[in-house]
Amino acid sequence: MTLADLCAAACADLFRGDGEILASPMGTLPTVGARLARLTSEPDLLLSDGEAYLLADTPALGERGRVEGWLPYRMVFDVLANGRRHVVMGANQIDQYGNQNISCIGPHEQPTRQLLGVRGAPGNTVNHRTSYWVPRHSPRVFVGKVDMVSGVGYDKDAGPFHDIHRVVTNLAVLDFVTPDHRMRLVSVHPGVSVAEVQAATGFELVVEDVSETRQPTDEELKLLAELDPKGLREREVRA
Amino acid sequence: MMRDKRMTAEQVVAELADGMTIGIGGWGSRRKPMALVRAILRSGLRDLTVVSYGGPDVGLLCAAGKVREVVFGFVSLDSIAYDPWFQRARQSGAISVRELDEGMVQCGLRAAAHRLPFLPIRAGLGSDVLRHDPTLKTIRSPYADDTELVAMPAIHLDAALVHLNRADKHGNAQYLGPDPYFDDLFCLAAKRRYVSCEKVVDTADLVPVQTILLNRMMVDGVVESPGGAGFTSCVPDYDRDEALQREYAQADPDFLDRYAS
Repeated sequence: MTLADLCAAACADLFRGDGEILASPMGTLPTVGARLARLTSEPDLLLSDGEAYLLADTPALGERGRVEGWLPYRMVFDVLANGRRHVVMGANQIDQYGNQNISCIGPHEQPTRQLLGVRGAPGNTVNHRTSYWVPRHSPRVFVGKVDMVSGVGYDKDAGPFHDIHRVVTNLAVLDFVTPDHRMRLVSVHPGVSVAEVQAATGFELVVEDVSETRQPTDEELKLLAELDPKGLREREVRA
Repeated sequence: MMRDKRMTAEQVVAELADGMTIGIGGWGSRRKPMALVRAILRSGLRDLTVVSYGGPDVGLLCAAGKVREVVFGFVSLDSIAYDPWFQRARQSGAISVRELDEGMVQCGLRAAAHRLPFLPIRAGLGSDVLRHDPTLKTIRSPYADDTELVAMPAIHLDAALVHLNRADKHGNAQYLGPDPYFDDLFCLAAKRRYVSCEKVVDTADLVPVQTILLNRMMVDGVVESPGGAGFTSCVPDYDRDEALQREYAQADPDFLDRYAS
């Protein structure tokens, strides 16, 4: 078992209880995780090929298999507004209330580093469940204040459909299930200490009953080998 | 006899003017009207406002100093996350921007297409999109729910440039790939609408009829331009030219000279 396998299982667990909705994972680990979830706990999930097709099968990365539907971007926007979607986005920065930045670093008028742009993050976060995947947990990512609020956090008035679920990183799993919705340490990965996670975080985490992130089962490890035979997941997260 | 709207890329550019707001179809590094963009690079046009689900169209126009403002939700090359030319333009302060959520771009184009001053949308609430663009206002539902929403203003385009797989000479145009993107909406939101295509065919060859995205009342000019989306993808006619895109992403000033010549 590798760190990537552990993170894949943690990403799969993000979708637990979601039922028949569209999983929109960004990045390799969330993609593998969503497929693993469909093969185990969440068989009714809908998966996209990242372009315009819905996958009837749950194929290996890069494969399409049979197609069960058509979902061009315009229809993704409809699903998003309709709410039957769970997106797992990346984050160049994220703060203690779950505000996320993928737009730019530095002043918006003239950034020191231009990134992607806010993309669909403002709409995603006020319309349906959102989780984040951070392959390199560090104080540069987990910051006191993000430079451009792209994904909306719990300290904003974000309406009735706002639901930031969890953050999975290479060190830990975190959520916002606290009285004031500050980020809480849920579990640390095997071999990682609470102090290490706190040291890699640029704000104070809520630390109560911290468990250890569960290890993937033998069945999950077998499925992961089938879903990602080339080991692409190992390139996204390193021990 | 219906009008024959065929023209050259240079004739399209001759109908554009400094300071115009130009909408560009496609998505990221997919089915971009690159032949039309290249014709702009070779022209004297400047001070453009570009509205785009941005890819190398935005990067090239910024690199060539054609752009005053970019209206965007993202600029990305898909297989390469960031467009270095756009990054350079932003980081040097050479351009101004209006940064919107992707859905807000669609909403603003739809408002323009429907001749409405605005359309309500949830996206944007709580985000810094509203903070950085103080012209954006919210509105409260006039019904019992009293919900606060963003009043996304219409994004009016002086011209739309799109690239499709096939068209007839009258401006009926067909996409053959998996996604129409928002090319129809760009045309509906624009005063002047230009479609380049891989091949001009007889109207009867535009089958099946469900793949005809643009009808002729949405189009003013048709430019036959084989390979006209390259190096972006135009499936099933061709995939993205990843080697040429990598070269573009080196952001070498010589590339721009060679590309525009």
